Amino acid sequence: MRGVISFGGYVPYRRLDRSAIAAVMGRGGGRGTRSVASYDEDTTTMGAEAARLALRPVDGEPRALWFATADPAYLEKTNATAIHAALRLDASAGALDFGGAVRSGIGALRTALGAIGPTLVVTADMRGGLPTGADEANGGDGAAAFLIGTEDDGPVVAELLGSASATEEFVDRWRQPGSPSTGQWEERFGETRYGPLADQAWKEALSAAGIGADDVDVAVVTGSHGRAVKRVAGRLGVARVADDLAAAVGNTGTAHPGLVLANELEQAEPGQTIAVVMLADGAEVLILRATEALAAYASALPVADQISAGAEVSYATFLQWRDMIRAQPPNRPEPTRPSSSAAARAQDWKYGFVGSRGTESGTLHLPPARVSIRPEDELDAMDPAPMADVGATVVTFTIDRLVYSVSPPVVFAVVDFDGGGRLPVELTDVDPDAVRIGQRVEMTFRRLYEAEGIYNYFWKARPTRSSSGD
Amino acid sequence: MASHGIKDQVAIIGMGCTQFREHWDKGTDDLLIDAATAAFDSAGVAKNDVDAFWLGTASSGMSGLTLSQPLKLEGKPVTRVENFCATGSEALRQASYAVASGAYDMAMAIGVEKIKDSGYQGLNAAPASHDGTKRNLTAAAMYSLVLPAYAARYGVDEDELRMVVAKIAEKNHRNGALNPLAQFRREMPAEKICEMASVAGRLSVFDCSGVADGSAAAIVVRAADAHKYCEDPLYIKALSFVSGTGGGLIDPDYDYTTFPECEMAGADAYRQAGIDDPRSALAMAEVHDCFTPTEMVLMEDLGFCERGTAWKEVLAGTFERNGDMPINTDGGLKAFGHPVGASGLRMHYECWLQLRGQAGDDRQIDLSNRNLGLVHNLGGYPGEMVSFVSVLGPELG
Repeated sequence: MRGVISFGGYVPYRRLDRSAIAAVMGRGGGRGTRSVASYDEDTTTMGAEAARLALRPVDGEPRALWFATADPAYLEKTNATAIHAALRLDASAGALDFGGAVRSGIGALRTALGAIGPTLVVTADMRGGLPTGADEANGGDGAAAFLIGTEDDGPVVAELLGSASATEEFVDRWRQPGSPSTGQWEERFGETRYGPLADQAWKEALSAAGIGADDVDVAVVTGSHGRAVKRVAGRLGVARVADDLAAAVGNTGTAHPGLVLANELEQAEPGQTIAVVMLADGAEVLILRATEALAAYASALPVADQISAGAEVSYATFLQWRDMIRAQPPNRPEPTRPSSSAAARAQDWKYGFVGSRGTESGTLHLPPARVSIRPEDELDAMDPAPMADVGATVVTFTIDRLVYSVSPPVVFAVVDFDGGGRLPVELTDVDPDAVRIGQRVEMTFRRLYEAEGIYNYFWKARPTRSSSGD
Repeated sequence: MASHGIKDQVAIIGMGCTQFREHWDKGTDDLLIDAATAAFDSAGVAKNDVDAFWLGTASSGMSGLTLSQPLKLEGKPVTRVENFCATGSEALRQASYAVASGAYDMAMAIGVEKIKDSGYQGLNAAPASHDGTKRNLTAAAMYSLVLPAYAARYGVDEDELRMVVAKIAEKNHRNGALNPLAQFRREMPAEKICEMASVAGRLSVFDCSGVADGSAAAIVVRAADAHKYCEDPLYIKALSFVSGTGGGLIDPDYDYTTFPECEMAGADAYRQAGIDDPRSALAMAEVHDCFTPTEMVLMEDLGFCERGTAWKEVLAGTFERNGDMPINTDGGLKAFGHPVGASGLRMHYECWLQLRGQAGDDRQIDLSNRNLGLVHNLGGYPGEMVSFVSVLGPELG
């Protein structure tokens, strides 16, 4: 039986207190917080972080990587390839984007559940809208990744019992490429469409699974139409509707069914039945059952831990990060675009954070070098040294208020890796006042900057969040 | 295999230096013409008497044409050199070797930088094509790592150390105030510097070198020919250069309290010059005070005092103009300004004046017991730098 082998949810570190919106704008906002991707994150980097978390508990390697988002960093160019490179997947593992629509995340997941071979589905989204709008306050940023396969690929922790889909063309929510906000038709209209579509898919999925609604322990219900989601959730007839994370995270759109499902799987008991219902341009339903293998499964960094570890971002900073207001940058030259050919030559270093280690000295070289700084190593006598998952400690640090940055000041540290090796590296997800010598850090895949339309991806260090980097 | 040096084989017979400042009314060409003309006049020679030229500039021009075109040099070889902030010294090193080899009788080293046409603050080198993984950090921030590291290693209170390096800026501003060619002519008390906002680590803008346009030049001949042109030439005792491995960036043993490239270049220069104890042999030193902590660490790397004691010597006034070991008597990069390609030659210009007793009554150091001078000029960052050291003296032997 095909199902979920491993999974990981990613919630970015920053939270916007919704009440901060009205404090500035006089209206908008609401109660609780929403998650906010940092200025150096996008759907590709958040997807990569979720994928790293998903693959950490398992040995197997996906044979395909499917990436779905409604906010792609690039059009035309595949975004999944950067995630593929960050994960150091084999070239023969295909990387594809499921483009554009909020529905594509659950769609990729459902398609993978019916496909062949171990498939890594990565979903990510950054949700927002114009200041004071409901989408700004209620949206969230995040990612979720699922390794889908059969027992041949690793222990299945949640097997698919059945699924169904219902589709209809109607314009409820829409956005043109490049637009900062999403349009919405009068709400009551959408509600009339989603109700019957959800009923139809739900019934079919239960039938395919051979169970009744009262056999479902928990239902994850998400979608792009808030009222319809509430209405549908209330009439499914299941024991419990999952916490939709609205209070702390918000609706992460394309990533949301996966993120809420990951959170539920992290708390589920073997034998429990979990349904996923997603309302976006129709309805998608998955019905899963947690297996005995779930008991032995340990998430690298549970969603709940990430939610509780968040730290505030001011509304002014949030607006700058979202390009809603532009602050005066330092009077320094902007960075130049990375060379595509140089980046391609350095792919394992740039995307995979792989250095080299002298075969005799064991000395770590970041970036990888052909000639060692130690005389005992022969020319080219180096082994690849993958360092992305190795923890490190801050040896010393400084705050740079002069250098160009999208979000100054730059916090920079010299860090020593566990097991030997050093790198001077930029820190992220950290307040300048909170850095200290001896602090534990871990590597994170980030977008350093954009120049001439090219995004420059590389790694930074952040205060340790995951248990393995400790 | 060894660094033999060219002690007493080459002499400087003339030098020129423009004012270092924001020359809004002068371009690269004007600065080169002014410095070259001053050097020709100083040596009493014409441009056609010079057989070969080495032009140092970090980013104000490419190729020898940057010099041969404004000076209208006919049929002369001009080599453009670049070695980060040690570019000017590198030009002198190459010109000196060319003369010592016998290939030419007379050579000019000239350095220039026209920084203030960029429209940006600070020094900003245009990057080569890159893979996007290079560090994004100012030099100020990299050097700011020295302060906490030094404080930790030697058990000095960080606030006290912050005042110590501000005292270095205060001294260099005091020296610059007396120097008509310096960019900054105002004294600046250390207490005021400590009160300023930090821009990188604990460093304020006044812990950083001045950003200026300028040019400086030297004319060299074989030592045996020096007196044909000049009554009081300045002899080159040592020229040393070390380009680092960059290992400091990735070596967990490196602790940011020393610059090994500078220590190595200093040791090599002392060997070439036959100096055992630099503190007692040298009458003065011009060192690369790009940031105030740099000057402090250099006092130890160049052997002017024991490790861990430079901060005390700063407070004791050792490095003042009238102290036991005068450092940066012209104001240094801090107050004289730092037009990258010109700075190394500017340092030699101060030795040219001081060691020949030409610095003027209000600035002249005491030469009664010692008459050797040292120039230290570096480029790069802690962990990855190039370092130049020369020793000069007014007498042979």
